[in-house]
Amino acid sequence: MDKIYDVIVIGAGVVGMSILRELSSYDLKIAAVEAMEDVAEGASKANSGIVHAGYDPIEGTNKAKFNVEGNRMFEELCRQLDVEYKMIGALVVAFDEKEINILEELLQRGKRNGVKGLEIKGKSWVLENETNLNREIRAALFAPYSGITNPYKLTIALYENAIQNGAKVYFGFKVCKVETQNGYFIIYSQDKRLLKTRILVNCAGVRADEISKMAGARKFTIYPRRGQYFILDKPEKEIVKRVIFQVPTEKGKGVLVTPTVDGNILLGPNSEYIECKDDTSTTQEGLDEVFEKAKRVVLTLTKKDVITIFSGIRATPDTHDFIIEEDERVKNFINVAGIESPGLTSSVAIGKYVAGMIAEKLNAKQKSNFNPYREDIKRFSELTDEERNEMIKKFPSFGNIVCRCELVSEYEIVEAIKRGARTIDGIKRRTRAGMGRCQGGFCTPRIIDILSRELNVDKTQITKFGKNSYILIEKRWGK
Amino acid sequence: MHEYSVIVIGGGPAGLAAALKSFENLDDKRILIIERDSFLGGILNQCIHPGFGLHYFKEELTGPEYAQRFIELVEKNGIEYLTDTHVMDITPEKEVTIVNKHGLKKLKAKAIVLAMGARERTRGAVQIPGTRPAGIFTAGQAQRFINIEGYKIGKKAVIVGSGDIGLIMARRLTLEGIEVKAVVEIMPYSTGLRRNIVQCLEDFGIPLLLSHKVVKIHGNERVEGVTISVVDSDFKEIPGTQRFIECDTVLFSVGLIPENELSKKAGVVIDERTGGPFVDNTFSTTANGIFACGNVLHIHDLVDNVTLEAETAGKYAALYCQNPELFQKGKLTNIIASDGIRYVVPQHLNRNFLEPTILRFRVNNVYHDKVILLINSGKKLLKIKKQYLSPGEMESIALSEKILSQMDFSEDIILKLEDDK
Repeated sequence: MDKIYDVIVIGAGVVGMSILRELSSYDLKIAAVEAMEDVAEGASKANSGIVHAGYDPIEGTNKAKFNVEGNRMFEELCRQLDVEYKMIGALVVAFDEKEINILEELLQRGKRNGVKGLEIKGKSWVLENETNLNREIRAALFAPYSGITNPYKLTIALYENAIQNGAKVYFGFKVCKVETQNGYFIIYSQDKRLLKTRILVNCAGVRADEISKMAGARKFTIYPRRGQYFILDKPEKEIVKRVIFQVPTEKGKGVLVTPTVDGNILLGPNSEYIECKDDTSTTQEGLDEVFEKAKRVVLTLTKKDVITIFSGIRATPDTHDFIIEEDERVKNFINVAGIESPGLTSSVAIGKYVAGMIAEKLNAKQKSNFNPYREDIKRFSELTDEERNEMIKKFPSFGNIVCRCELVSEYEIVEAIKRGARTIDGIKRRTRAGMGRCQGGFCTPRIIDILSRELNVDKTQITKFGKNSYILIEKRWGK
Repeated sequence: MHEYSVIVIGGGPAGLAAALKSFENLDDKRILIIERDSFLGGILNQCIHPGFGLHYFKEELTGPEYAQRFIELVEKNGIEYLTDTHVMDITPEKEVTIVNKHGLKKLKAKAIVLAMGARERTRGAVQIPGTRPAGIFTAGQAQRFINIEGYKIGKKAVIVGSGDIGLIMARRLTLEGIEVKAVVEIMPYSTGLRRNIVQCLEDFGIPLLLSHKVVKIHGNERVEGVTISVVDSDFKEIPGTQRFIECDTVLFSVGLIPENELSKKAGVVIDERTGGPFVDNTFSTTANGIFACGNVLHIHDLVDNVTLEAETAGKYAALYCQNPELFQKGKLTNIIASDGIRYVVPQHLNRNFLEPTILRFRVNNVYHDKVILLINSGKKLLKIKKQYLSPGEMESIALSEKILSQMDFSEDIILKLEDDK
């Protein structure tokens, strides 16, 4: 058995990949395993993409600590990894006296958490700076250091950078058994593969409780909590400039209206505890709730502009705080569990902290040749005309536009495949092809062509996201 | 910068017909057609069913056959065209930026014809809740996979929407050995042509469920089924009427949206009712020297009408190249859709071109025993009795020379419905 690692991370979401990438800066043999066929297939692909300032979590909690630290680290990390990040600021809007009091509490809590720049702004400031908001808004908490990013692109970038630095990720590896043997963990996948490691890190998201139990470690429960969203078409004139929150309730930060880094408008999420951990369906009630609440903030929102709906699941722990610890009983087993909101923001700080903790345990040295930089795929939509022409001269396929809504070229799709995309969704998340207003109506057949050509498989083998998500079931005629 | 007389954007039926008419009417025959797909003919290439050309050619053709007649004329006349070429930008000065494997290029035109067609509304646009598995297609996508690429897309399907495309695809799937469980229509009537309901559903025993809605899509990897429900007059689910239909494929055929993102860049003003530009009877948009035709202008049910309209646009685009001042001095009379008429195209009459014109329009609901009235300065200039009117069928009336001679062009022209008493 040669697949012996120093560290294995279970789960290729943003937290797992952040830890893996930080670990890849040390002289260690590391890997991650993922049940799905790609990174970011769980909570990391479907959330608000907000980089929270840190006024929300209760002081002293892991949430507060990692949120504030993560926020401070975010910009630099995104610069290294060539990922979009915009520090556009956030407003928590209040409609009445009671809500204004909550703003005051958030302000004080934020100050205690060490959040900079927080201020309560009066009605006139709010409406002057956000001209499309409901005129009934009375005041708002302004958090200038809140930002937006693209959660799955960050996860992909972390993954690619970890791979560049020698890490390995096993896909389709659904852990079904964990054993300990001579100071090693042996993890088994459902399809009978096995791997051996000295340290096992549990970043299994909504299934982290099951993994912890499998390893004989601490018992806790993760409750799946679903949030539904709308994506609106890229507006001709900006609807909001900042992330607009409503005052939080015990159920979370509430429905927000925000621009995305890609230029769309995002509405959502609501919050509902659900039975099944994989139930990412949307419901009429949920969608109605989100739209009504969003309309409370921007009265002019219309469903005519909706291009897609989706839902995501937060892994809510019964401990009410992130669980980030080596297990008391099972040595070398590290739980990184219950990373619900502000998990995306916190992930970068969690990665550094957990990797540091592991390096110390293993007495690992920093690599001299660690490369913290990763370059994104060159995007047609983001270059100047001169740069585009330069690229087309080198790569003619850069001039072949496949996704007309988002201006994605054939070159970008091929590049995404070279970097590991195997499915329609994998291409979509790496290039935005199919994410525009026609939702892949025109480009899906062309993407299937390219996937089939580059992977040298029949089109009937191409899936939406792996497993049995086939698009075409049988070749009837023709070549 | 390369200069053309007329640049036609889009090589589908509208673009081809417009280019050919411009060619006929120009001395300086520098015309360019720009197409983003690899071949001319547009979506007609995937419409392999018959029923095209009955009006224009007086014979029944398939989509590819209909397109081929125009493609051959384009080739024969040596009209220049580019395929696999994407138009990035059009300016009000009629500069066109294109990109293809050879690079980016700016072209200049005296006149532009917009003929970019439409895109399909998607599941997201109509917000059907549920999961997001594989097996959800737009009808056009399915048509491409089946008719052009030769693939089977599933075994059991439910079709959402009973417009012509949905109906034709119900038959197409059946012929491919895919069982169509139902065509689900939210309205109390089908918006498809009567002949298609008979030939595509009734002949094959496919149920058409009117006033029904898909309320949920099920399945994790591939579609496993849909829940449908009867809806009330506000399209809300009626409790207790929900029913599960097992299927692995859902086809959405829920309407087309004119693709006017480029038009807006050129400063063309869009009529929210049609989704396309406001035009006058020369098919000139609000931007000087920019014309529009086909589905980018408004959604058609017959390609024959697209061709006729495109020919007018092409003719006037050619005229604009030679006499642009005729268009600049134009004075417009409004043509207004009122009582029961959802929209009318053209929306204006240019008094410099008082020539017989066809007004095309759609009603906003199903009506029985109505009169279509054409009114100008209080006078009823035309009365047409109609036993049945539906939003699914485009209607038209002709503004003949005789009617034009009776008009007062300082007053609006009004089109409306009235009860037939």
